[in-house]
Amino acid sequence: MMVFAALCVWVCGWLLNLRLARSAQSKTLTVRLTVPIIFGVTLVVIWELLVHGLDVPMVILPGPTQIVARFATSLPLLWADFTQTILKGALGGYLIGCGAAFATAVFIDRSPFLRRGLLPVGNFVAALPVVGTAPILVMWFGFDWHSKAAVVVVMVFFPMLINTVAGLRETDHMQRDLMQTYAANYGQSLLKLRLPAALPFIFNGLKIGTTLALIGAIVAEFFGSPTVGMGFRISTSVGQLALDMVWAEIVVAALAGSLFYGGVALIERALTFWHPSQRGS
Amino acid sequence: MKTLCSVLVVIAGIVGIWYLACVPMNIKGVLDQAQRAGEVVSPETAKDRRDVKAWALVAQNSFAIDRVWSVERPRLPAPHQVVTELWKTTVEKKITSKRSLIYHGQVTLTATLMGFAIGTGLGILLAVGIVHSKVMDMSIMPWAIVSQTIPIIALAPMIIVVLYSIGVQGMLPKAIIAAYLSFFPVLVGMVKGLRSPDTMQLDLMKTYNASGAAVFWKLRLPSSLSYLFASFKIGISAALVGAIVGELPTGAVAGLGARLLAGSYYGQTVQIWSALFAAALLAAALVAIIGVIERVLLARMGAKS
Repeated sequence: MMVFAALCVWVCGWLLNLRLARSAQSKTLTVRLTVPIIFGVTLVVIWELLVHGLDVPMVILPGPTQIVARFATSLPLLWADFTQTILKGALGGYLIGCGAAFATAVFIDRSPFLRRGLLPVGNFVAALPVVGTAPILVMWFGFDWHSKAAVVVVMVFFPMLINTVAGLRETDHMQRDLMQTYAANYGQSLLKLRLPAALPFIFNGLKIGTTLALIGAIVAEFFGSPTVGMGFRISTSVGQLALDMVWAEIVVAALAGSLFYGGVALIERALTFWHPSQRGS
Repeated sequence: MKTLCSVLVVIAGIVGIWYLACVPMNIKGVLDQAQRAGEVVSPETAKDRRDVKAWALVAQNSFAIDRVWSVERPRLPAPHQVVTELWKTTVEKKITSKRSLIYHGQVTLTATLMGFAIGTGLGILLAVGIVHSKVMDMSIMPWAIVSQTIPIIALAPMIIVVLYSIGVQGMLPKAIIAAYLSFFPVLVGMVKGLRSPDTMQLDLMKTYNASGAAVFWKLRLPSSLSYLFASFKIGISAALVGAIVGELPTGAVAGLGARLLAGSYYGQTVQIWSALFAAALLAAALVAIIGVIERVLLARMGAKS
């Protein structure tokens, strides 16, 4: 019965979206927002109906209502994990790592020799599985959030470095010559011309960093942590087969990830309003 | 040539800093060992040494400096220790041995490749669907983009345990995590690539009265290839990370992730570092192979490089 209902919901949602997408208003913002929302809601409803209809046990897949219930009843616990992993580990490491990478990039940029040498190395390191340094850093900095922040620093450093260095090269000869005719010194042309021109690249690095920061902070907790934190909670709850708790943590991680990314994107829009990619629509 | 020279200088600099960093990192361990062997160290007990700065210890016990690069379980192994360990565990050990890094690397590599194949296959198929169906585009694309901001890797332990409880174990769970991680970059890149032909080119196909399939095979697919390979490169390193992380929570006995975990349990730092370098070499090799395939394929298609 429930399975049949799930099929019905699927067909209805699909038809609704089909009609919306083919309608005359398909370009408007409301429709552009409703269509994916309908899709998401349909998926969740089908998930709920299938879990009940097929009697899927909780240790395999809890239904959305169970997850929401668990989420609501263990808010203090989730909040403690959130502050430990996201606010202290991920955000702390993110700020340190991006700041250090930015400073290094401005420094490197003054020396063509260093730039030629460090860029290929940085590109190489950015493609490596840097999460693997987690056990080493946990050994060095202890189990608390400092080691998680250290993992995050290592993970965000190189993508940020490469992007900033590339961004600082963005200005062309004409623009730099103009600054020179104004008798601008290094600091002035950096602040007024090259940094603004580099902003789109810098924000690209910052946005890549947001996801990496969360991944680093969570995975580093698999190698040892105090008895609080999202990675710790996920691995112990999986051990206890309390999958509703795991899913609640995943919801927190997803919300934190999108908010973090969204926040950086908003700052980008405010600061680089002049760039074609932001002016577009 | 100039680039190569500066790269070499930078690498030499990094190795130099690494050797230098070994001194303060390992000095305490060296002194503890020397004390146990009955040598005279200043400050005499481990308790007194705890509060002294590492560099001060070095200054007071200059006889111990040359030992910091050959400690058995150092906090920071020296580069040559890592290289020796890599050499011992790859060339000198038999491939079937449980201690051979090649054995562990190959376990991780198969999971990575299988996951990469599944993930990219699904990603490409879905991208083709999205480009041709407006409904799919409008409903799925926003979610695909949002999901890239989510630390998907948090799902890894759960996927493994759930699959284990319904009787699937071994390589497949790891491959599924790897597939999941490589799926989204490929999907987004492929959609971008299939959309990359401009209106002029599409109009030309229309004046030729080309069918949808012809437009797809002769225009959209060829022009998407450079986007596809760019996302392949991201996807394969994501898949490797997925396979390694997938080995962590189950206490797997084989694979590079298992080597990392075992090393961190038993304090075998040299083993951790060598597993890390093996993973790095593997990632670099995979990305390089994709780069070569891309260059050969694009050259045969007549693209100017």
